Amino acid sequence: MKWNNVAIVWLQVELLHVYCDPEADECVFLPLWHVGSRRLTALTNMAACSVEELLAKAEQEEAEKLKSISVHKELDLEFDVGNLLACDKNRIEVRDFREQKKEDFLRSLARDNTQLLINEIWKQPTERVEEAIVVKLPESATPLPREKPPPKPKPPTKWEEFAKLKGIQKKKKTNLVWDETAKEWKRRWGYKRAKDDTKEWLIEVPETADPNEDQFAKRVKAKKERVAKNEFNRLKNIARAQKIKVPGVGLTPVAQQSKDDLSKAVSVAKTSTASAGRFQDRLPKEKPPKNTGKRRKFEPLIGNFGTEKQKQLELLKLMDSKKPRLDITKAVNKQMREEDREEAAAKYKKGAGKKGRKGSKAGGNKAGGGKKRGKPGKH
Amino acid sequence: MTQLDGIVKPKTKRSKRFLDNRAPKLIEDVKTAMIMKGGNTSQTITQALKDIVTVCSVFNLYLLFRKNITRPFEDSTSLEFFSKKTDCSLFLFGSHNKKRPNNVIFGRMFDFHVLDMIELGIEKFVSLSDIKASKCPEGTKPMLVFAGEAFDTDNEHKRLKSLLIDFFRGPTVSAVRLAGLEHVLHFTALEGKIYMRSYRSLLKKSGCRTPRIELEEIGPSFDLVLRRTHLASDDLYKLAHRQPKALKAKKKKNISHNVFGTKFGRVHMQKQDLSKLQTRKMKGLRKRKGGVVAEDQDGQAPKVAKVES
Repeated sequence: MKWNNVAIVWLQVELLHVYCDPEADECVFLPLWHVGSRRLTALTNMAACSVEELLAKAEQEEAEKLKSISVHKELDLEFDVGNLLACDKNRIEVRDFREQKKEDFLRSLARDNTQLLINEIWKQPTERVEEAIVVKLPESATPLPREKPPPKPKPPTKWEEFAKLKGIQKKKKTNLVWDETAKEWKRRWGYKRAKDDTKEWLIEVPETADPNEDQFAKRVKAKKERVAKNEFNRLKNIARAQKIKVPGVGLTPVAQQSKDDLSKAVSVAKTSTASAGRFQDRLPKEKPPKNTGKRRKFEPLIGNFGTEKQKQLELLKLMDSKKPRLDITKAVNKQMREEDREEAAAKYKKGAGKKGRKGSKAGGNKAGGGKKRGKPGKH
Repeated sequence: MTQLDGIVKPKTKRSKRFLDNRAPKLIEDVKTAMIMKGGNTSQTITQALKDIVTVCSVFNLYLLFRKNITRPFEDSTSLEFFSKKTDCSLFLFGSHNKKRPNNVIFGRMFDFHVLDMIELGIEKFVSLSDIKASKCPEGTKPMLVFAGEAFDTDNEHKRLKSLLIDFFRGPTVSAVRLAGLEHVLHFTALEGKIYMRSYRSLLKKSGCRTPRIELEEIGPSFDLVLRRTHLASDDLYKLAHRQPKALKAKKKKNISHNVFGTKFGRVHMQKQDLSKLQTRKMKGLRKRKGGVVAEDQDGQAPKVAKVES
C-alpha cells in the first residue's frame, strides 16, 4: 500500500463523510489502516462516481426542504404581524374555484396564506420564557378606530386660572402637624385632626358678641355655608367648562334686601305654584314684574309681508356671514408672499445650476459646490 | 353619560374608580363586544352567535341573549343605550325574518354612537359541533387572513375587513407563544360572497426552522352575503382614527437615517481654542517676550460635524 494512495482515499472518504450521511457509518468510520488494498480501490471508485450525484442530491434535498414551506404568489401578501394578520390581494381564479371542491379549494388557499404568515412571524425575534418559546410582536400597523375620543385635558378652574395669572404655585403640605395641646403629631385634616374646633367643649364668648347667641351653632352654620359656597363654586366651574350658562343661586340671604331683590322675591314666590302663577291675584296698585324672562310669541300666519320678507333676508344674511369673507389685504399679502417665494426659488435654481456646471468641470465632484454648511444628516 | 361625566360626582371611592375606568383613556383597553339576539331568531342564528362567542377571543363579552326587539338599521338608540350601560364598543346582532332570513349585523361604536354597521346574511352554516375534530383552546389569539381583491378595492368590503379585524383580533399582546399559534380565521371574498372558515393549524416539521403548516377545519364556517350597510362618513371615520398627541412619537432632534438605515448624528461643537494647540515646536515660531503675535481669532461659526454612530 502506497502512502500516496492512502492520501487520496482520505480525501474521498472525507468527501463521503460530508455528502452521504446515511452511508457514512459504513465507509467513513472504517479505520483507514485496516482497509485492505482491494477494498480500498473499490471504495475509491465508488466514491469518485458518486460525488457529483451526491452533491446534486443534497442540493435537491435542500430545495425540497424549502419547497415545503415556500409558497409562490404573484403579489406579495401584506402582513401586520402585530395583529397576526395577512391580506392576500391576489386575484382568485373563479374557474379554479368552480372546478375543485369548494372546501378543498378554500383550505388550500388558506394553507398557502397561513404558511406565508407563519414564515413572516418566524422571522421575528424569539425569546424563551418559562420553557416556552415566545415571539415578540411589533406594534400593530393596521389603523383601527378608537373606542372613545382621546381624553381632553381638564379645563382649569377659576382659582387655577387666577393662580396661573399670579404665579401662585401649589405647595405640598405635610400630612401630619404638631398639636400643642395634645402634644403629639396629628393629622392636618379629617378624623382626629389637630386643632379640631368641632371637638371643643367650651368656647369663650367674644366681648362684642351677643351673650345669648349660641357659639356652637354659629360655628356649625359657618361651616355649612362654607361647604355650600364651595359646592356652588364647583358647579360654576363645571358650567364654565361646559360653556353652559352659569347657574344662578336665586336669592341669597343678605342683611339688607334691596328693592329689586324684594320685587324679584315676590315674583318668584308668585310663580312658584302648581299652575306657575297663572291664577295668582294682583294687589291693587302692583306693577307687572320686570325681567321675568321671555315668552315665545308667534306672528300671525298671514299678516305683514314686508316684515316677513325682511326677516327672511336677515336670516339669509346671517347664513351668509358664516362663510369666510374675502379679506383684501390678507389676500394681497398672500399673493405677494407667494410671488416672492417663487422668485426666490427660481433664483436658487439658477444658482444651483451654475454650481452643478462648475462641479462637473472640476471633475464630477458634486459635493464641492462651495456650500460648506449643508445639512450633513440628509444624504 | 359622557356629557354628564364631569357633573356626576361619585359619592364613594369605588364609584369614582368605576367612573374613571369608563372615562376615555390614552391607551385604550381591549374592545369588548355585546352579542345580542333580536326579536326573532332561528336555530341557525342562535347557534351561530354561540359559536362566534366560542371562537372569538374577545375576553369581555356581554351576552344579551334575551329578546331585544330592536332594528339597528332603523333605530340605533337602544343599541347605543346598551353600549353605554355595558361599556362595549362592538356588537353582534342576530335576527331572522322572512325578508332577511338568518341575519347577523356586525357593528362598532365610537363614543357610544354607531360608527359602522354591516349586515350579513348567513347562506350556509356549519356549526362548531358539527365538525368532529379536536378544537383550539378558548381564548387563543387567532391569525387572521383575508383573501380576495374585493377586500382591497371595494369600499364596503374594506370597512368590513376593518370591522372583522377589530372584532376577532383579540387582545393586543407584545409576545405570543409560537406553539400557541393554532387558530386561523380565513376570510375569502369571492363572487360576491364572503367565506369565513376557521382552521386549526398543525405545525409539521419541514427540516428548516420554520414549520410547515397543515390546516384542519374545526368550524364554525359561514358563507355570508353582504346586505345593508351603514358606514360612517369619512369625517367621522377619520375622527375616530385620530390618535392623541401624547401617543405620537416625538421627533428626536439631530438624528437622521439614510436609505441604508445608517444613523447619523449632528453634533454642535464648541469653538476650539487654537492658540493652545500643541504643535511641533520650532525656534522660529517661539513666542517672544513683549512681541505681540496676532493670533487668528476670526469668529468661526460653530462647526457642524458629521459623526457616524
